Amino acid sequence: MDDSEKISRLSATPTRVSEQWFEEPHAEQLDHVWSPPRGFLGWLVTTNHKDIGRRYIVTAFIFFLLAGILALMMRIQLARPENHFLNPDVYNQIFTTHGTAMMFLFAVPIMEGFGLYFVPLMIGTRNVAFPRMNAFGYFVYLFGGLMLFGGLLTNTGPDAGWFAYVPLSGPQFSPGHRVDIWADMITLTEIPALVGAVEIITTVFKQRAPGMSLNRIPLFVWAQVITSFMVLFAMPSIMLASGALAMDRLKNVNTHFFNVAEGGDALLWQHLFWFFGHPEVYIIFIPGTGFVSTIVETFSRRKMFGYPAMVLSLIATAFIGFGLWVHHMFATPLPKLGQAFFTGASMLIAIPSGIQIFCWIATLATGKPKLKIPLLWVLGFIVVFVLGGMTGIVLASMSIDIQVHDTFFVVAHFHYVLIGGAVFPLFGALHYWFPKWTGRMLNRALAQWQFWLFFIGFNLTFFPMHILGFHGMTRRIYTYLPETGWGNLNLLATIGAATMGISVLLFLINVAVSRKSGALAGENPWGGSTLEWMTASPPPSYNFLHLPTVAGRCPAWENTPETPVVSGLSTTEREVLTTTILDAVPEHRYEISPDSIWPLVLALVVGLDLLWMIFTPWAYPIGVFVGLVVLAFWFWRGNEPGWVVEGIMSTPPKSKTEQLALKTEDAKAPSHH
Amino acid sequence: MSAIYALVLLFAVIAISRRNRGSDEPILSPDPKREHRLNIALGGFALFTAAILFYFMVSDFAAGRDMRAISDPNPLRVLIKGHQWWWEVQYENAVSSNTVVTANEIHLPEGKAVQFDLQASDVIHSFWAPNFDGKKDLVPGHPTSFAFRPTKTGTFYGQCAEFCGLQHAHMRFTVVVEKSDEFQKWLTAQSQNAPVPATELQKHGQQVFLNGTCIMCHTIAGTPARGTLGPDLTHLASRQMIGAGTIPNTRGHLGGWILDAPRIKPGVRMPQNVLSPADFQALLAYLEMLK
Repeated sequence: MDDSEKISRLSATPTRVSEQWFEEPHAEQLDHVWSPPRGFLGWLVTTNHKDIGRRYIVTAFIFFLLAGILALMMRIQLARPENHFLNPDVYNQIFTTHGTAMMFLFAVPIMEGFGLYFVPLMIGTRNVAFPRMNAFGYFVYLFGGLMLFGGLLTNTGPDAGWFAYVPLSGPQFSPGHRVDIWADMITLTEIPALVGAVEIITTVFKQRAPGMSLNRIPLFVWAQVITSFMVLFAMPSIMLASGALAMDRLKNVNTHFFNVAEGGDALLWQHLFWFFGHPEVYIIFIPGTGFVSTIVETFSRRKMFGYPAMVLSLIATAFIGFGLWVHHMFATPLPKLGQAFFTGASMLIAIPSGIQIFCWIATLATGKPKLKIPLLWVLGFIVVFVLGGMTGIVLASMSIDIQVHDTFFVVAHFHYVLIGGAVFPLFGALHYWFPKWTGRMLNRALAQWQFWLFFIGFNLTFFPMHILGFHGMTRRIYTYLPETGWGNLNLLATIGAATMGISVLLFLINVAVSRKSGALAGENPWGGSTLEWMTASPPPSYNFLHLPTVAGRCPAWENTPETPVVSGLSTTEREVLTTTILDAVPEHRYEISPDSIWPLVLALVVGLDLLWMIFTPWAYPIGVFVGLVVLAFWFWRGNEPGWVVEGIMSTPPKSKTEQLALKTEDAKAPSHH
Repeated sequence: MSAIYALVLLFAVIAISRRNRGSDEPILSPDPKREHRLNIALGGFALFTAAILFYFMVSDFAAGRDMRAISDPNPLRVLIKGHQWWWEVQYENAVSSNTVVTANEIHLPEGKAVQFDLQASDVIHSFWAPNFDGKKDLVPGHPTSFAFRPTKTGTFYGQCAEFCGLQHAHMRFTVVVEKSDEFQKWLTAQSQNAPVPATELQKHGQQVFLNGTCIMCHTIAGTPARGTLGPDLTHLASRQMIGAGTIPNTRGHLGGWILDAPRIKPGVRMPQNVLSPADFQALLAYLEMLK
C-alpha cells in the first residue's frame, strides 16, 4: 500500500526524454487524428469511447423513461380494486416489458455506458482496447431495445414475465411471437453486455497510465472490472437458456429442452435463469457502489477509508453472488437441505455489503463532508439501500421466504435494493459528471427539488408494498377484489409513483435548461480526485494532451506540474500505451483501429437475422454467412492495426511521414521489459 | 434488525453533520492512529455482522425444521391439481367411487394434519393459503407435497402465487376449516352422486345441461356428464364462490357467468352461451339444487 515506493519503478518512464525523437503533441493535430469525420457519417462510424458511452447512457435513460411510463400505467391500474384501465392481456405485456426493459435495456447498459465513458479517462488512456467492437455492441443493443418496444407497440409485447418461466413461455402456452421477441431480445442485449465486459477488462488490465498499479485503480474502475467479470460468467447462462427456449419455440426445430412431455425439464429453466438472474442484481449494484465511492471520496475531501477492504468486498460479492440463485426457488420442489445452503450463502453476502457501508460512513465521518447534490443522493442511497438489505436478509431465510415469496413484499424489497442501490447512486452520478460531459453545472435548486420529490415519492410507492405483501397481495396480478382491503395502500403507492414521475420530469427540465445555460464548470468543479478531472470539460476526442502518469490513488489531488507525463506516442496515428497488468509499467505502443462503418453493418446483420430467426431456422446459416462476409470487410487489410511494437521506444514505427521516420532512426531509448 | 437499521442511519447522520470543517483541501494522509482504530472497528463490525447472521441462520434452520415436523403417520390426504386458472381438489378414498372431486374449495377438519399432494396439469402454479403456511410450487413433471395442521376453524382464502398467464389474478380458492364431525358430514355429502331433479323445471334444466355444450367440459356425478376440462359441478351449489374465487356463488352471478364468463374473467376457457330465457331459468334451477 505504500504509494511512494512504486514511483521509483517508474523512473524510466518515457517522460519528456522522448521529445528528442517525437513531436510534442498538439491539440489540433491530436484532435484531427482522434475525431470521427464531421456530420452524419461521423455519427455512424465513430468508435470513440466517449461517443459510444454517451450513447449508451442517453439511450438507456430513454428506455428508463419508457419503462417508467409503463410502471405508472400499472400503478394506475392497481390504484383501485377491479379497475378497468388495462385489460389483463395488456397488463401482462406491460409488466413483462417493464421488468425486461429496466433490467436489460436500462440498468445494465447505463452502468456499462458510464464504464465505457469514464474507465479510459480514469485510467489515463485515449480509447478502449477494441473500439470497433465497442461501436458494434452499442448498435446491437439499440436494435434489441427497439425490437422489444416495437413488439409492445404492435401488440406483440412479451407477456410471460421478465423471467419467462417455462412451460408458460413455451410453444404450447404462449403461441404467437410475443415470447420469441423476448428470447431474441435477450440475446441481442447480452451481446453488448459481453462486448462491454471484454472492452473494460482489457482496457483496464492493459492500458492504465504508467504507475497505476492494481492497488491504485480508482474504486469506480474496480467496480466496473469486477462487474465485467460477473457479466462474463452470468450472461452465457441466460443466452444459453433463451437460445434453448427460442429453439423449443421455433417451427421445424422444436427441440424439447423444456418440454416435460418429451423428457425436458421445467426447473432447468429456472436454474439457468437465476444463475444469471441473481448475479444480474450485483451486475447492476456493483457499478452503483463505484459511483458511491467516487462521490464519497470527492465530497468528504479525503482519501477513501478502507480501500483494500472495499476492493475485497466487491470481489467477495461477485463470488458469493453466484452461489445463491436458489433463493429465488425456495418454493419449488427442491430438497430442503440443499436449500439451507443457499440460505447461508444469501445471508453471507450481507457481510461485504455491510463492510462497504461502514467504509463510506467512516470516510464521511473522518473527512470534511460537503453536502452537495451528488452526496445528497448518496445519503438517500444509504437510507434506502440499507433497508432493502434488511428485507433481503428476511428473504434469505427460507422459512420466512416461502411466506412472502412472490408477494408485494418482494416487489418492495427489490425496488429498495435496485432503485436504492443503483438509481439513487445513478442520479448522484448524473449530477456529479454532468459538468464533465457538458462543461456546465446543473441547477442546484431544481436538483434539490428533484431529490426530495424522488426520495419521498419512492418511499410512498414502495414502503406500503411491504405491508401489502404481509397482507397476502401476490405479484403480477392485474387486479384484486375489494374485499381484500388492499385498496388504500395501493392508492398510496400510486400517488408515490406519480411523485417520482414529477421528480424525473424535473430532472429532464434541469438537463435541458442547464446544458445550454448552466454555470460554466471548468476542468474540476467538485475538486474530484480521479484523472477524468484533469482534462477539459467536455474532454477532447483524445482525452489527454499528454497521457498522465500516476503516483497514488488520487492523481487529481496528488499530481503536480512536475509529475512526469507520457510522450512518445504517435501524433499521426491512433496510438495508445499498453502497460503491465500488475504494476502498469509501460510495455509497448499499440495502434487501435480507425473509425469504420462495418460495426454498424454487422450489428444490422445480427439484429435483422435474429429477428428473422423468429420465423425460420434458415436464418441461422444465412446469417452466419452474411456475417462472415461483413467480418471480412471489417478485417480487410488496411483497416486493421498496422503494427504493434514491442518495447516502448525500442523499435521505430513504420511511420507514415518521412520526417518522423528520420527522427526515429536516431532514437536509442531504453527498453523496458 | 430495525435497531441495526436505526444505528446505521444514526451514524450516517453524525458523519454528515460534521460537515464544512476547515478548508476544501483534500486530506491525503489521514491521521494514522485514527485510521488504525477505524480498521479495528471495521474488523469488529464484520465479526459482529457475521455473528448476527449466523444466529439468524441457525434460527432459520430450527424454524424450518419445526414447520416441517408434522408427525402424523396417517394424515388426511388431499390431491390438488393446478389448472389454468382453477384448482381441482380430490379427497382420496379406498373405495374409488367414494373419492371426492371438487374445485376451488377445500374443507379441512380442525386439528388434523393434512398432506397436500400437488400436481400441475399445464403451467407452473403455486399453492398458497397465507393463513396456514408458506407456498409450494406446482411444477409440471415434479409432483410434490407438503403438510400442515389447521388449528382454527373459519373460512380462509388462498391463491395462486406463481404467474400463470392471463387470469393469474383470478385463481383463488377458499379453505373452510371446521369441526371434525362437520367435516365428515361434508365429506360424506360430497361423495354422493348429484341429487336427482325433482321438479319439472329442474328436469328440464338437466336436459339443457346434458344436451348442450356443458358436458364437454364438466362432470356431474350420476349423470352422463363426464367432461374433465372444467371444474366438477356435482355439488356446485354447496360452494361459496365461482370462477376460482372470482365472484360469489349467487343466482345472479351464476347466471351472468353461464351467459358470458369471458366478460367477467377475460381469457377463461368457458365460452359464452346463448340460451332461450326458458332454458336459462331451467338450467339455473337445476344447478342451484346441486347441493
